[in-house]
Amino acid sequence: MTISHHLDDATLVAYASGNLPEAHGIVVEAHVAMCQACRAGLRQAEGVGGAVLADQMEAPVSDVCRSATLASLDAVLVQSPRAKTSQGEVPLVLSRLLNGKPLADLAWKKKAPGFSMFNIPTSKGSKTQLKLLSIKPGAAIPEHGHGGEEITLILKGAYRDHMGLYQAGDVADLDEDVEHTPIVVGEEVCICLVAVEAPTRFKSIWARLAQPFVGI
Amino acid sequence: MAFSALTMAEQVRNQSAPDHLAELLSRVAQSRDRGAFAELFDHFAPRVKAFMMRKGSNAEQAEDLVQETMLAVWSKSQMYVNERGSVATWIFTIARNLRIDKLRRDKAQLYQDIEDFDAPDGKIGADEAMGRSQEDNYVNKALAQIPADQRELLILSYVEDVTQSEIALKLNLPLGTVKSRMRLGYQRLRKILEQVK
Repeated sequence: MTISHHLDDATLVAYASGNLPEAHGIVVEAHVAMCQACRAGLRQAEGVGGAVLADQMEAPVSDVCRSATLASLDAVLVQSPRAKTSQGEVPLVLSRLLNGKPLADLAWKKKAPGFSMFNIPTSKGSKTQLKLLSIKPGAAIPEHGHGGEEITLILKGAYRDHMGLYQAGDVADLDEDVEHTPIVVGEEVCICLVAVEAPTRFKSIWARLAQPFVGI
Repeated sequence: MAFSALTMAEQVRNQSAPDHLAELLSRVAQSRDRGAFAELFDHFAPRVKAFMMRKGSNAEQAEDLVQETMLAVWSKSQMYVNERGSVATWIFTIARNLRIDKLRRDKAQLYQDIEDFDAPDGKIGADEAMGRSQEDNYVNKALAQIPADQRELLILSYVEDVTQSEIALKLNLPLGTVKSRMRLGYQRLRKILEQVK
C-alpha cells in the first residue's frame, strides 16, 4: 500500500504521550497499522516518552508495594508473542470494535441519498465520536472548516481535494482552520473512519454533506 | 519547567546503561529470573511512580499503577523487541496504556500496545528499527539541543496530563501555534536523532 498522506507530527506526539482523545487515538492506531512510516514516527515519539521516564526524579516506592508485586509474580499469566496478520478488510483495531463484522453488514444509517453513516461506540466519558462514513462516487463534500480536532482515515475508495488524492490508507490530519472540498472519485464507494471532537459541529457537516445529493 | 535531563541522564547512564536494562529484561523473558526482575523493579518503579504522580495520581493510586505496570513487564517480557526501542520506552508505553485504561471507566476500547498493531507482514521494516538513536541518553541529549520554548512544550505533553487544546488554553496561545511549535520541536528532534543513527 502506498501512503501519500500521513499523520501530523503533533498528532504522533499527542498519541505517544497519551494525550490524544479516545476516538482520535483509534484512527491513529488504524492508520499506523497500515503505514510503516507513521509506525516508525510513533516509535520515535514514544522514545521521547521513554527518555522522559528514564529522567524522572525517583519517588520512593513503599516496601508493601514492592513485596506485593514480587509475591504476585506466580499468579501472572506469561504472554507469548503472537503472530499478527489481519486477514480482514480493515485494520485489527477497527475490526475488533466492529466485532469482526464486514463493513457491508453494518447497520448503516442513511443520512442522504448516497451518504450513510455508522456510529462506533466509545467509552462513556469520552468527549469524542468515532464514525464510519460511506459516500458514493461523484459526490462532493462542500467546503467546510474542521470543527475542533478531526482526523479522517480512508479505508476504501478515494476522494480528491486541493490537497491531492486521498486513497485507502491515507489520513487527513489537518488543522482545524483548513478549508477543503473533497469529491469522491473513481468507481468505488468511499468509506472513511472519522474521529471528531465536537458533536454539534459534526451535525452541521451532515447537513452540508446532504446538500449536494439533492437532485443527483 | 527546568530541564535537568542532561545531568540526570549522565548520572543514570553509569548505574543503568540501556544495555544492562535490556539484559535484565531478556533474563526475565528467557528464564523468569526473579533477581533480574527485582533489579528492574528497583530501577523503574520509583520512576513510574514519580511519572504517575506528575500526571495527577496520588501516592496510593501511583503505587497501584506501579504494581500493575511491573506485573505487565513480567507478563509481557517476551514481547519486548530490542530493535524497536529502549526498555524505558517499552515500560513507558505500558505505564501510559494502563493509566489511560484506568481513566476510561467504561472500556469500549483499550489503548493498544504498539506490538499489537497488525503490521502487513509482521516484520520490522528498516525504518522501524531504531538503533542507537532510540536510546534514552541520545534522546535526552537531542532534547537539550532544541529551542527552549519548543522543548518545554514537548516535555509538558509527556509529563503532564494535558491535551494540546488544554496546553493552548493554559499558555494562552492559539491551538495552531501550540501544534506548530510542537511539530517544529519534534521535527528538529528527529533530525538530530537521524544523525546519530
